[in-house]
Amino acid sequence: MKSVVNYFKEIYFGLRSLITGLRVTGHYITHPKEIITQQYPENRDTLKMFERFRGEVVLIHDEKNEHRCTGCSACEVACPNGTIEIIHKKVDVDGRKVKALDKFVYHLQMCTMCGLCIPACPTDAIKMANTFEHAVFDRSKLTKILNKPGSKIMDGIK
Amino acid sequence: MKALYDFSYLTSAIHEWLSSFLSPNGVLITEMILVGIAFMLFFAVLGLVLVYAERKVSAFFQQRLGPMRVGKWGTAQTIADVIKLLMKEPVINREADRFLFNLAPYIIMIAAFMAMAALPFAKGLQALDFDIGILYVAAVSSLGVIGILLAGWSSNNKYSLIGAMRAGAQIISYELSVALSLLTIVVLTGSLQLSVIVESQADGWWIFKGHIPAMIAFLIFLIASTAETNRGPFDLAEAESELTAGFHTEYSGMKFAFFFLAEFANMFIVSAIGATVFLGGWMPLHIGNWQGFNAIMDYIPPIFWFFGKVSFMIFLMMWFRWTFPRLRIDQLLTLEWKYLLPINLVNILVMAFIGLVGWHF
Repeated sequence: MKSVVNYFKEIYFGLRSLITGLRVTGHYITHPKEIITQQYPENRDTLKMFERFRGEVVLIHDEKNEHRCTGCSACEVACPNGTIEIIHKKVDVDGRKVKALDKFVYHLQMCTMCGLCIPACPTDAIKMANTFEHAVFDRSKLTKILNKPGSKIMDGIK
Repeated sequence: MKALYDFSYLTSAIHEWLSSFLSPNGVLITEMILVGIAFMLFFAVLGLVLVYAERKVSAFFQQRLGPMRVGKWGTAQTIADVIKLLMKEPVINREADRFLFNLAPYIIMIAAFMAMAALPFAKGLQALDFDIGILYVAAVSSLGVIGILLAGWSSNNKYSLIGAMRAGAQIISYELSVALSLLTIVVLTGSLQLSVIVESQADGWWIFKGHIPAMIAFLIFLIASTAETNRGPFDLAEAESELTAGFHTEYSGMKFAFFFLAEFANMFIVSAIGATVFLGGWMPLHIGNWQGFNAIMDYIPPIFWFFGKVSFMIFLMMWFRWTFPRLRIDQLLTLEWKYLLPINLVNILVMAFIGLVGWHF
């Protein structure tokens, strides 16, 4: 007797689970506004990229053309692919020779957008930007110098 | 305008026009050729429309847009696909049995054509009206499995062979349920002739007139016919993730397109059979003696009713396909032999009792 009850129970629960599934897809087809596909080149003007999308590394500059990078090379060490190269220079500070950033070289073609350099930075000088149109016709254009010409370190950052 | 409601005006006009200058044999041959051409054109259009519909519907079920680039809303996508398939190289691998390899797609297509011939599309629009129509369709539509087995065997590819064997086991098992669920309605109609079955639904469709047993039979028919066309959750024969593409792995170009087309044609055929037997075929929605309501429904031509119902059935099958995960082979056979078949047998008994006592409408 028990097996007979189980037989019909199985049919009932089987049908119920099927209907649950059908309701999910039925909801999708009746709500075309929830479609997540983006038609990229057409909606280029209105497309808004997600905040957390990792497109490239940028060195943050403020309006006075100052950045926060001390040239400590922590990001260079943290990078698993050798994407970042910090070139130093010596500057005079109060008569002492101090190491400072000369060029922040960033090889976009080697970057996997893992984002490990961001938490490694002790002064929060770099961040991931959500730009994504990186295609260029010459490979050398992918090697970027992130510190803008004439920029200098902010006061008080060590 | 009258011809849209009753196609026998059109067909008899063509018949008389041909008879005016041809001998009776000549008329017969010409009409056969005309019907053949009509079916071929219908197949081509059907393939184009259904492939597009499948891609669009599946996309919307998965919150995608589907083809959007070729033509407005991607409507020309399937035409582009056909051109691509026509230009592809037909590759035959070295150890394949060339004769059977080339024969297989045609057998599948011929089976689909033969089944299609018996469908009543509208009033007076039916190529073959056998008095054993349902038996004929059930018999002929299962011929396609020979083509699948040949394709798998002749490809000399283990995945193809496994896919073909699965398809064979599956189609032979589910054939039973399809036939028995159709028989449940035949108990009430008292005839296997498709045109008589349609006419018998002039005062209401069998799914309503037959109460609960008819609805159970309809559900079983839906499940079993989805399995019989190797679609949806029952696509073990193709099982892309396990068998690359199953029995048509080694096919390319137009021969592959034939398999593809036959799949969609079979989907159309089982939907049409289901619509004819359970949902009244081309018969408009009539409710008993409501003369006014019935007259309004009669304004919509029968051919639209037929294709509307078939589209509804096809949509249901697509819904199943894009919702449910694929069954394992043992689950597939358990479903048939442990659940569908016993329920079907009891159901047919109940239906016979209802028919005998006269509880149906």
